Amino acid sequence: MSPTPLLSVRDLRVGFATEAGLLQAVDGISFDLHQGEVLAIVGESGSGKSVTAQTIMGLTRSKNSRIEGSVQLEGHELTTAGDTELRGLRGDRIAMIFQDPMTSFNPVYRIGKQIVEAIHTHKPDLSKEDARARTVELFEAVGIPRAEQRVDDYPHQFSGGMRQRAMIAMALALAPDVLIADEPTTALDVTIQAQILGLLEDLNREQGLATILITHDLGVVAEVADRVLVMYAGRVVEEGTLDEIFYDPQHPYTWGLMGSLTRLDRPRPHRLPQIAGSPPSLLDLPEGCAFRPRCPHEFSKCPQLPGLEARLPEAPDHRDRCWLTPEQKREKRQVEGQIGLEAPTS
Amino acid sequence: MSGEALLEVNDLVKHFPIKRGILIDREVDQVRAVDGVSFTVNRGETLGLVGESGSGKSTACRAVLQLIKPTSGSVKFEGREIAGLGRRQMRPLRREMQMIFQDPYASLNPRKRVGQIVGDPLRRQGVAKGSELRKRVQELLERVGLASEHYNRFPHEFSGGQRQRIGIARALSLKPKLVICDEPVSALDVSIQAQIVNLLDDLQDEFDLAYLFVAHDIGVVRHISDRIAVMHDGKLVEQGTADQVCEHPKDDYTKKLLAAVPIPDPRESRERSASR
Repeated sequence: MSPTPLLSVRDLRVGFATEAGLLQAVDGISFDLHQGEVLAIVGESGSGKSVTAQTIMGLTRSKNSRIEGSVQLEGHELTTAGDTELRGLRGDRIAMIFQDPMTSFNPVYRIGKQIVEAIHTHKPDLSKEDARARTVELFEAVGIPRAEQRVDDYPHQFSGGMRQRAMIAMALALAPDVLIADEPTTALDVTIQAQILGLLEDLNREQGLATILITHDLGVVAEVADRVLVMYAGRVVEEGTLDEIFYDPQHPYTWGLMGSLTRLDRPRPHRLPQIAGSPPSLLDLPEGCAFRPRCPHEFSKCPQLPGLEARLPEAPDHRDRCWLTPEQKREKRQVEGQIGLEAPTS
Repeated sequence: MSGEALLEVNDLVKHFPIKRGILIDREVDQVRAVDGVSFTVNRGETLGLVGESGSGKSTACRAVLQLIKPTSGSVKFEGREIAGLGRRQMRPLRREMQMIFQDPYASLNPRKRVGQIVGDPLRRQGVAKGSELRKRVQELLERVGLASEHYNRFPHEFSGGQRQRIGIARALSLKPKLVICDEPVSALDVSIQAQIVNLLDDLQDEFDLAYLFVAHDIGVVRHISDRIAVMHDGKLVEQGTADQVCEHPKDDYTKKLLAAVPIPDPRESRERSASR
């Protein structure tokens, strides 16, 4: 792994002023992203995963938002970059694809034209013909059949899967180094999802594209990620390599997520293990560990917020926020022979 | 009393016409949304219906409930033919068959209080009124995991999972025999999905409900279903017990669908992609 990361996020905090007070959507998140790497950010709604992505892209700037910390992209500080500098970097060095392929294109312009326009904005010297040729090439690269004809279609003439491919083509138009994919396959059928994930994997392997994949689906994570951040209520509760997170998870929330998965390759359990309660309101977070009210293993230390620390001597990059000792964790996460979160005793 | 057929659907067809023309609408083609589908749901049993978007599973549900008129075919509920019955004739039957919808944000009237939403079917069917109605609604709310104090709140005060519980309370208010669940958990967070699936499981035992459970998430469908039917392009390509269909699929489309489901296990996922 190369020593200098492409993207480096340090202690990023994003807050929004609301009528009910300051809502701290992201509360101190740090990570590095290297060339060719896929970092998955996993969490539920309200965990801050999408706000993190949008802040990296400079999309959360507003009068009501407060952004602290640092986001470094190849020597550029993105949190303080001016609009012109940001516009130059977006698309060219860093690009984003969104969850909803239905609303991400302008319905009244031909798809090809929208991509040509994006290329033209960044490379004004390139002729129209060349930009169009590049668009056709991109369509072929993302597996859109009859690319030459389809660039002249309107968004409504594309199916959901094809539109998502077109959006990936647009994001890749200027060969960015970093791609942020926010739930890129959630709106798609599983067979299409498999194709899109395969496509992203090829781009990582062959072109060294670095990807931040935001998702709630651990199945998708297992297929493509190298490293995983698990977020809960605006904080990272656990981070590690793919295998560390799946085979030696340290945080009870991660156990709960693992346990509640339905797996086709195992006999079905009598009851689906569930996490009690619901995610907390960010305006009214519990003192200390935010997962405490839903955690069956809560004890006297939990009202104090545990730091994100490496607690296993053999895995210095596997960090978590839980006060239990590694021995306690190994014992407590075993529920009926598998990793899971024990049902509450009450 | 399981094992006895509650709902029998035979060769159900729903075609939508594609029309062209300015003055005279000529029918130029048809969309064969549901194209000869037959299945049975027994009392107290869950039939899972899986398929990708556009496979016709939602249209099939709507045609079963007579929310849209089937083009042809037979739908028998407790032995009685209901295909083609009008609104008025269907009304008494609505007590017996209810529906839970996908989107908990769009399926509750934002201007009505929870008590009204859940109590409306009881009131309209003339089952209960006044304080009796209120008492029954509060019991229902508690049964689905809400509190009786929620009676006077509005839908926007609840999270997605809680709203889905309100939808479930409304569907159960008339003690139906059949509940059609159209993607009831796909809009919910992972940790909440398991709660709702378990709630549906418990309610089934308690009220002897039969479910027609429609979803695209095969893992969830397999968990809750006794039998599974796989739908593709308006037709059922395979039917069998849940384990049979998931572990020993016979149809090529079913195999393709199962192979595309990601395995949440990095080692197995690597093995699988190496063998592909």
